[in-house]
Amino acid sequence: MTDLTELGVAAIRDGVAKGDFTAVEVAEAFNANVAAAQAALNAFIVATPDAAIEAARATDARRAAGQPLGKMGGVPIGMKDLFATKGVQTTAASHILEGFKPEYESTVSQNLWNAGAGMLGKLNLDQFAMGSSNETSYFGNVISPWRRNDGGNAAMAPGGSSGGSSVAVSARLAPAATGTDTGGSIRQPAAFTGISGIKPTYGRCSRWGIVAFASSLDQAGPMARDVRDCAIMLEAMAGFDPKDATSLDLPVPEWEAGLSGDLKGKKVGVPVEYRMDGMDADVAASWDRGIEWLRDAGAEIVEVSLPHTKYALPAYYIIAPAEASSNLARYDGVRFGLRDLPDGAGLQDMYAATRAAGFGAEVKRRILIGTYVLSAGFYDAYYTQAQKVRTLISQDFKNAFTRCDVILAPTAPTAAFGLGEKTDDPLSMYLNDVFAVPASLAGLPAMSVPAGLNREGLPLGLQIIGKAFDEQGVLNAGLAIESRAQFSAKPERWW
Amino acid sequence: MSVDTATVAKIAALARIKVGEAELEAMVPELNGILAWVEQLGEVDVTGVEPMTAVIENHLRLRDDVIDADPLTAGGKRDAVLANAPARQDGFFGVPKVIE
Repeated sequence: MTDLTELGVAAIRDGVAKGDFTAVEVAEAFNANVAAAQAALNAFIVATPDAAIEAARATDARRAAGQPLGKMGGVPIGMKDLFATKGVQTTAASHILEGFKPEYESTVSQNLWNAGAGMLGKLNLDQFAMGSSNETSYFGNVISPWRRNDGGNAAMAPGGSSGGSSVAVSARLAPAATGTDTGGSIRQPAAFTGISGIKPTYGRCSRWGIVAFASSLDQAGPMARDVRDCAIMLEAMAGFDPKDATSLDLPVPEWEAGLSGDLKGKKVGVPVEYRMDGMDADVAASWDRGIEWLRDAGAEIVEVSLPHTKYALPAYYIIAPAEASSNLARYDGVRFGLRDLPDGAGLQDMYAATRAAGFGAEVKRRILIGTYVLSAGFYDAYYTQAQKVRTLISQDFKNAFTRCDVILAPTAPTAAFGLGEKTDDPLSMYLNDVFAVPASLAGLPAMSVPAGLNREGLPLGLQIIGKAFDEQGVLNAGLAIESRAQFSAKPERWW
Repeated sequence: MSVDTATVAKIAALARIKVGEAELEAMVPELNGILAWVEQLGEVDVTGVEPMTAVIENHLRLRDDVIDADPLTAGGKRDAVLANAPARQDGFFGVPKVIE
């Protein structure tokens, strides 16, 4: 029998529907991989093998009864531990939420269960989704299954913040996983681990029940082995939700049915500002190959200009911390999560002690930056200025999209780096999201697809950015790259 | 603009995060590094530019003016609301004494 854990979402869905194998067999195979990899990769904070089996049994029973199985029928997935899951610990990889068991289910996870998916467990991430290497989790680093081809065994970063998700999919612990993207947290880890991931247009997926980081940026999306699997899973995740004030009241397109790698008549924009001085040679070469692939798919290549690109990252590091400092004010040791009550402490002392004990260094750093830029006397100089720059960045994209249908760029400035290589300097870590953040600030759909390996044998991703609401255009360009890149490399199993 | 130890202590107090002396000393250069970097935004000409308020144009909806319109977010959920509280008593959140 074929190894079921080598199958992706579409293959599992179709195989279960046809009766080639049962959903329970699939869940058992992935449960075994999850358990075998936990000690070495630390991708999961909590594994939920029983939940996966229970959902699989329900799918098998529906099939036996001749009922429809759903878009994700029989597909077990990993759930980033930023989504509230009823009765299952939800931590955002923080100490302050350790032991928190929500009384409710997030809209996105509920949509997935309604579509027939099952949960393998809650995936590790950067604490409160703040990080680009999964080194800020209270529950320990996630280790990438990839290693450099130098014969060494240095632990590589899986990217962040959705590092547990990227590792689970690339190491065959799950056929797909949920991610969330605030400033690149789906795309950058996908690129680092040789998988695909799409952040849809802001508002496509409900934020209800997702632990909030920066509400004007946070957006959920799928991470999976290929473009088709992302399309299937995004259909299951997306949809209008009256419980989220920023949810888009639009029908969910049939992205899978609309997939086409034929780009005849399409224009692909290549932003001149993304070709930066001192750019990594392998990344530049991979970008050039991507341009040729899309030309080969029938697209016309045009140069476009996004003049405010260099200001996107500094604007992001005002806006995101500002929103985070406000959102994270809710962790007060009163209503849920950790409480640290020193002897004789009053209410204010309890707040301060709880938050000191419950937040990690990077989370504190961002709360302090956010508090400072929002404080009296500094608000206009920092926050208002950043929001004006954000308008200009969004306008850059609108102008560019009068000349092209999608934009092609690298996902990240380098391949994965080693754990610990950037932790001493917050700024060097932030710069990793230089190509990912502009699309986040503009709320645009953007995807990373694997494009090849660099000279160290590590995956590189290419990013496609689309117009608002045009996930189809993004997925189709992704498919055109995928079918030409023929990326089949996978990490050798050492764990 | 740069921050000194006293300013960071004030921000931490505003943010309700207890920070020890040593931690405070370490934070000052880190925060200054980040603030110096974000200040490049000051060179952008934003004359006549409106600050962004909604990234994707959308309108705010009003829910139906009905009590408990959505059962999931409606009232009558006291036990569920209190279920994760670190301290609770008689149907209330428990906190240290607030009034002397």
